[in-house]
Formats: sequence, C-alpha cells, structure tokens
Amino acid sequence: MDFDWGIILKSKDVLWDGMKLSLWLFGVALAGGIFFGTLLALARLSSFRILSIPATGFVNLIRSIPFIMAIFWFYFLTPMMVSKFTGHQGEAVGPITSAIVAFIMVESAYYSEIIRAGIQSIPRGQPWAAYALGMTYSQAMGTVVLPQAFRNMLPIMLTQAIILFQDTSLVYVVGLKDFLGAASKGGQLTGRIVELYIFTAFVYFVICFGASWAVKRLNERIAVIR
Amino acid sequence: MDWSVFLQKAPSGGMTYLGWLASGTMWTLLVSIFAWLIAFTLGSILGVLRTTPLRIPRAIATAYVEVFRNVPLLVQMFIWYFVMPEVVPESLGNYLKQDLPNLVELPFAQFSMWEFTAAVICLGMYTASRVAEQVRAGIQSLPRGQTNAGLAMGFTLPQVYQFVLLPMAYRLIIPPMTSEFLTIFKNSSTALTIGVLELTAQSRQISEYTFKTFEAFTAATLIYIVITLTVIYSMRWLEGRLAVPGFISQAAGGH
Repeated sequence: MDFDWGIILKSKDVLWDGMKLSLWLFGVALAGGIFFGTLLALARLSSFRILSIPATGFVNLIRSIPFIMAIFWFYFLTPMMVSKFTGHQGEAVGPITSAIVAFIMVESAYYSEIIRAGIQSIPRGQPWAAYALGMTYSQAMGTVVLPQAFRNMLPIMLTQAIILFQDTSLVYVVGLKDFLGAASKGGQLTGRIVELYIFTAFVYFVICFGASWAVKRLNERIAVIR
Repeated sequence: MDWSVFLQKAPSGGMTYLGWLASGTMWTLLVSIFAWLIAFTLGSILGVLRTTPLRIPRAIATAYVEVFRNVPLLVQMFIWYFVMPEVVPESLGNYLKQDLPNLVELPFAQFSMWEFTAAVICLGMYTASRVAEQVRAGIQSLPRGQTNAGLAMGFTLPQVYQFVLLPMAYRLIIPPMTSEFLTIFKNSSTALTIGVLELTAQSRQISEYTFKTFEAFTAATLIYIVITLTVIYSMRWLEGRLAVPGFISQAAGGH
C-alpha cells in the first residue's frame, strides 16, 4: 500500500488534544495513586485489624483483576456512589470522572505495594526511637520513616509511572479520546489508520524509552551517593 | 440482586448467560496459554542472547526488549490487528481479514481466527520482552565462576548454558515468572478491543443485555480470582518440586 504521512500534520490538532488528555490523566492518576497508595500502605501495616484487613483485601482484589475490568467496575460504580452521596438521583457523571476514579483506585493499589516495601526497608528501630523521643505516630511517619522510604523507592516509583503512562491508553475502552483514542478516531474518519497507529506507537516509544533512560541514569547517580 | 440471571436463556443458539461466561473464560485461558508458550520460548532465547558474549545477537535482543517494553500493549494490539494486514502483500492481508473461519458467533458479535491469532501473537511477543528480562536477571545472578568452571571443564558455551546456568537460573526465577504468568491472564483482556470475546468482554455483554451489571462483573471478578489463586498455588507446588536440596526454597518462606 502507499503511505500518506501528510495525514499526521493534518491531524496534529486532534492528536495534540489527545496527548493533553493522556498527560492530564497521567498526572492526576499519579498524584492520586501515590497519595491514596501511601494511606493504603499505612493501613496495611497498621496494627489495627479494622484498617489492615480491608486494605489488604482491596489491594489483592484490584491486583488480581485486569485493568480494563477495574475500569468497567468504577465506570459502573462511580455514578451510583456519587448519586448516593449527593442525593441527586441519576446525576450524570462524565466518562472522564469515572475513568479518573478508576485510574486512581487501581494505581493506589499498585503504588501501595511499592510504598509498603519501601516502608518495610526502614529498620524497625527508627520508628521506635522516634516514639521514644516522644514523637506521635504522624510525626514519626512524616518526618522519619516516609522521607527515607520515598527516597529508597524513587526508582521503582518512576518505573511504575512509566507503566502508568502506557496504561492511560486503556481509557480507549470507555471511548475517551486520549492520544490513542484520537489517533483511532482520526484514522476511522480519514481511512489512514495505518499511518496514524504507526505514528502513535513511535511517539509512545520515544517518550517511554527516553523516560526509562532518564530513570536508569538517576539510578546510577543515587547508587553513587549511597 | 438477582443471580438467577445467569440461568436465563441468552438471545442466541440455546446458550444461557452462564454459557457466555464459560465461553469467555475459555477464550481468556486459550489466548493466555498460547501467548505464554510464545512468551516463554522467545523470552528465554532473547534472555539468553542478552547474556552471551556474541555482540550482534545481544544488540538485537536488547533492541527487541526496548521496543516491546516501551510501546503500550493496546497500541501493539492495534498494530498487529489493523496495521499488519495492510503492510503485508494484499492477497495475504485480505486472506487474514476475510477468509479465516469464525470461532465464535453471537447475535451481534463474532470473532474469527484472525482476531484470536493477532491477540495471541501480540500478547506473546509483548510478554516475551518481560520474560527475557527475568531470564537475563536469573542468569546474571549466578556467580561468574560457574561459567568459567564449565568452560574450564571443556564444555562448549551452549553446553554451559544447557547443563550449568539454565537449570539453576530457571529455578531462581520461578517467583517473578509466576507474576508474569499472572499478568498475561490479566493482559489478555486487552484482546477485547479487537473483538475477542474473552471473559471481560462477555461480562460486559451480559451487563448490556440484562442490565445486571453488578452480578455480571462480580461473576467475572470471581473467575479471575480463581485463575489467580490456581496459578499461585500450582507455581508454589512446582517450586517445591523443583527445589535443589541445600538451596533455600522460596516456597517454604511463604509469599
């Protein structure tokens, strides 16, 4: 077949809008995932069973179903929950909100495992010493354990961030126009699906390969400091 | 909640909705297992090549891993399914798209051998890059003296791999390989985007036909959990069976 690469220039606005949605999803899911992931990790490590059992159950449940299945679940549950809390029956929750909730939930489960490992890499004597100095739980966690834990797990958190960026393409299944969705839509309209998909793969490759290279370099620098 | 929905007749050849779930489960298992065969074979070859002193094969294996790891699985799925038939000779492309037999036909959805093959190849080649990294890590975690001792005994390099390095390396990487194997079942759900009616797709279909979304998704979730637990326990059993006396088996220490 003959290629028409000019189609990429012609659809650059649509593709850029899609990339902006991908990046926005990535940013929000990353921030939300790390925030709730930290809370989940602390709950899992808590000595209160009422916290640790539900947190463990949630993380194991999310980790044993496909990402797409989780998106479908939250896509279905979020509008129900929202109408329950706000009292407005049938209040419309957009696909973007549902997708964002799904991404934050799934990523918080993945990140909580990384953060839990990071917290457990800090010797137990340190929080005990902090308590002995009269610190409260939040002081000991916030000023002694977590800063060191986050530093230890930085490389693996960044690697997970690259995977998260790739996973944002899964919002295609609920019809959102992220970068892949935009390319797909543009391809259907113009009949130039081959060029657009090859271009999409190339762009994802450049971004993710560049990011993994940067993470690798960062790893080497951190290793020297230690 | 109304769980009897699964016993109702679906609007197609005498199947119940339970039948749809069973069919979805079967296709999830088939896609995943065939893809795993590709991933394990190709991944092992690539992983070994990355540790050999052969320069060009090593560079090829490294390039493979980087390309397949840094493009999202869904994009790869579309490349195999939509782009491949267009860039191969036209007659072959048409054959793939039109002439392959249908595997599943439901009233408003069907998929052919081509959707299944594209999904298996895509998932297999994607996972091969991850398996390759595990195999490489396993081989590199062995002391360098093992290779040297093998060579000093007069083994050729292929013999060193066959009799010295690989038997130990494969045992060491059973835990990370278990999680790759689990991931392949989960990732097989991306095949729904090209029309393969696997478990996630079927549960969505049931929810669309019956409006019993909660029941349909719960059933699929439970099946995924059963698959996950089955894999974890059988791999633990395998690890125990293959443990070399004198080496600490990770299976003994729990998860």
